[in-house]
Amino acid sequence: MIAYIIRRLLFLPVLLFGASLVLFGMIQLISPYTRLGLYVTSPVQLKGGREAMDRMLVKYGLTDPPQVRYGRWINSIVHLNFGWSETANSTVLKAFRHRFPATAELALYTFPLIIWLSIWLGVRAALQHNRWFDQLTRLFSTSGYAIPSFVLGILLLMVFYGLLGKQLAGGPFAGWFEPGRLSQHFINVTSEPSYHWYTGMITVDALLNGRLDVFWNGLGHLILPVITLATVSIAGLLRVMRSSMLETLHQDYVRTARAKGLPEQAVIYKHARRNALIPMATLIVYLVIGLLGGVVITETVFGYPGIGQWAAQAALQLDIPAVLFFLTFSTFSVVFADLLIDLLYPILDPRVRLS
Amino acid sequence: MRTPIRSRGEQAGRPHSGLERLGWLGRRLSERLAHPTQVVSSVLLRLLRNPTSALGLLLLFCFTLVALLAPILAPPEPDRSPYDMPQSQIMRPFQPPAGEDSYMPTPSPPSPDHILGTSQDQYDIFYGLVWGTRTAFRLGILVIFSTLLIGITVGAVSAYAGGWVDELIQRGVEIFLVFPFLVTTMVLTAILGKGINNIILAFIIFGWAFYARLIRGEVLHVKENNYVEAARAIGASGRHIIMRHLLPNAVYPVLVLASLDIGSIVLAAAALSFLGLGTPGYADWGGMINMARSWIIQSHGETLAYWYTFVYPGVAITLFVLGWNLLGDAVRDISDPRLRRGRG
Repeated sequence: MIAYIIRRLLFLPVLLFGASLVLFGMIQLISPYTRLGLYVTSPVQLKGGREAMDRMLVKYGLTDPPQVRYGRWINSIVHLNFGWSETANSTVLKAFRHRFPATAELALYTFPLIIWLSIWLGVRAALQHNRWFDQLTRLFSTSGYAIPSFVLGILLLMVFYGLLGKQLAGGPFAGWFEPGRLSQHFINVTSEPSYHWYTGMITVDALLNGRLDVFWNGLGHLILPVITLATVSIAGLLRVMRSSMLETLHQDYVRTARAKGLPEQAVIYKHARRNALIPMATLIVYLVIGLLGGVVITETVFGYPGIGQWAAQAALQLDIPAVLFFLTFSTFSVVFADLLIDLLYPILDPRVRLS
Repeated sequence: MRTPIRSRGEQAGRPHSGLERLGWLGRRLSERLAHPTQVVSSVLLRLLRNPTSALGLLLLFCFTLVALLAPILAPPEPDRSPYDMPQSQIMRPFQPPAGEDSYMPTPSPPSPDHILGTSQDQYDIFYGLVWGTRTAFRLGILVIFSTLLIGITVGAVSAYAGGWVDELIQRGVEIFLVFPFLVTTMVLTAILGKGINNIILAFIIFGWAFYARLIRGEVLHVKENNYVEAARAIGASGRHIIMRHLLPNAVYPVLVLASLDIGSIVLAAAALSFLGLGTPGYADWGGMINMARSWIIQSHGETLAYWYTFVYPGVAITLFVLGWNLLGDAVRDISDPRLRRGRG
């Protein structure tokens, strides 16, 4: 096992190098003029038309051989210089810092919900094997897996924002299911100088500022995006949890635990569920991959100003620096989630440590 | 592409009460047609006997029918590609600003001329649904065919050659597997230029690695079987072993299972064209939902007035994906016991 981990760690730089080559290859498909954006840090530099751009092509070495340009690109990444983003109208890094908290807040609610609900539903479905609860979760997972998240999102908006929106106005749930992060009134509140942004996450900051009304409004804006983002993942994971739980329930050690007279609760939660959780851990990587794509779609549907919406806009307008940054960020997340799971696996499953 | 999370040891399709009749029909049919010698027909019969997979087959059968009959159901206008949705001649009541076309931008509700209504800029929704079915099949089949071709070649070479060649190829495959599919293909499509064909190209470039790994695992597994060794022992040529043993036992099962991924490929493609990376005016469901989006969301209070622009394409794509998923689950359950061992 240790040898395997060492091999993994040694391969990591090779993997990142290979991935960066693929990314670099993708950039080469774009015309040099568009690629100038990667080196421009302020829009003022682009004034002066074609000749100025030609001069800049030479100045920034876009006419150099590829290996030189690759080295320079890596160098700029290492120095955290990701260029200027047209869509965000600021440097890429600044835009990322500005938008990341919104996405982080979305993930903060979605991730625990997915994990908790898929485990809970999966375990209950397995215990109620083939009875109505099992059939119900099966129906949920089949339909949840088939409905595209953008269809689900728009459907939810249609019902909760379109149909219910007017009824809710004036009540305690006013402005709850609107697109965006906050209703207009609260956007004004949060931009007052007396309101402090600590983390950039609305619900967290509202509590730190002692503004329950802002918290309430922000929470209401999160509900539909969280449901949209979580449904597919829950639908997939609960099935894995269910069959994994079914498998463990038939293991010898579960029978032994029952035979020695342990209470049923202890058998299920201490013996069966703990072991059934192990295959789930390996799927966290797929969950991360799924959420990265899901964030782009969900944030676009709900006009939610996070990095996913920015990435979609950037892709549409061919804002290369922003798009490349998002892709680099996503790929890094996947690589490290994958590595983390590999490192954690022996802790979760002692049998692996021994072999 | 959603990574298919396969359920282990799960028997799909316990009779859902409402669907039992369908299953009963399937059983009746299977009693008449039973030919135990033919593998394909026996698998098909098992699928028909199972209510959920029978529903999946029925859905896909309907979609296939619509795709085949598209020129009859929605005759295309002459002199233009049938995949470009025709725009109805409802003009704006006033002179449009320079540079904008004169079609009325507001969708119009179902009417005898347009039985499902028209979308933004007067695209006929029924026409879009019918030809969108063809787009879905064309896209799914093209992507699966190409990724499998590359995947089988790379995977089989890797497994058959072994040694450092295998090691090198596998590390390369791993690099491609690191990229999150939807996000990466979104970026690549943007770079190649918006359009359905570039979505297909991007899917092929980042889709093959998954199958290459699958095929390699299968070939390695089959290679260890006694019958392959026996064939080698009696002096069978490498060509014979590949054609008669490795291909039927390792590749064909993957081929069948991979073809069932068409649903998730179409879903991913629809997601990209929903984001606006498709071809404008092209008959494709994701693009139609993209057009409908602003009419559903931005018209506060009037939200339900334009429901038809969203509901029809939304239902179409959900049923299409559902059909493939239901069928896929059942087929995987039938073939899983053998395949699962190979992956371990």
